Amino acid sequence: MKLVKYLVIGFVFGIVLTKSEAVSWYRIYEMFQFQSIHMFGIITVAIITGVIGIQIIKRNNLKDIDGNPIVIQDKEKGNARYWIGGTLFGLGWAMVGSCPGPIFILLGAGFMSIGVVLIGAIFGTFLYGVFKDKLPH
Amino acid sequence: MDLITHTWHWSISGFLIGMIMLSLIYFGKQFGMSSNLRSLCSMTGIGKKVAFFDWDWKSQRWNLVVVLGAMIGGYVAVHFMSDASNVDLNPTTIEQLATMNIEAPNGKLVPESIFGSQAFSSPKMIGILLLGGLLIGFGSRYAGGCTSGHAISGLSNFQLPSLKAVIGFFIGGLIMSHFLLPLIF
Repeated sequence: MKLVKYLVIGFVFGIVLTKSEAVSWYRIYEMFQFQSIHMFGIITVAIITGVIGIQIIKRNNLKDIDGNPIVIQDKEKGNARYWIGGTLFGLGWAMVGSCPGPIFILLGAGFMSIGVVLIGAIFGTFLYGVFKDKLPH
Repeated sequence: MDLITHTWHWSISGFLIGMIMLSLIYFGKQFGMSSNLRSLCSMTGIGKKVAFFDWDWKSQRWNLVVVLGAMIGGYVAVHFMSDASNVDLNPTTIEQLATMNIEAPNGKLVPESIFGSQAFSSPKMIGILLLGGLLIGFGSRYAGGCTSGHAISGLSNFQLPSLKAVIGFFIGGLIMSHFLLPLIF
């Protein structure tokens, strides 16, 4: 039963990303062409909401649902992994117009060809695992 | 009914996405979709051969449940909450797409010319979808996160590494969108 809340969160996430059209190849193309405020607006408002929420959590030392203090881990320091990995990700994002969340959402919605993207993404993740120690981070 | 079937305004959508991230923090978790790809790899048992996949993926089962919910949400939104007014693009964008032989959306989320069933009979299209996926999977794991993990979660928490990653996302995206897509299509 503890997992039901995650199913609900995921369900809302799937609906919001579809209804906001963040799962749309067209919207991603339009964003990278700077021809609409739509995607930039979504991302910016999500970040502003997150900043306010996280500040409230930190300043009031709020506890999570189990009563433990909320600790948000910092990202590891580094350069190469973020610049190179980020750029490779961006190439893929603009090419097939979906990031990992939307890949699953579109597949659930019945767009079967996205399954090919998912297979590619799983294989890409596998390749990273294989070559991780040889890559600069 | 318009409220349900029309495109949701970016301010409402952005707020809801922010609240989803905060809900996961409240549940003692973090918002990040790409780590599910690592879990899917690990589920095959490949961890015996590749150390990166030898981790406690079962502790991340909750995230796979989020994914399952998202898939159901996508199904419901597309089949019961959509209409022909959706994906109302900038007319300039539509003209530009026409020059690449990609049709206007007319309510559809993704172009038939890339994602339609004929994609399966075209080696070029299968190659594009596979390569795009490969870049997404490899890039997000290399960078340690994707749009949800870095752009939303990381930037909300003022993480410099996430800012580097997001700038990288845009460097790659702009190169693809402005220089490579016109060559591909």
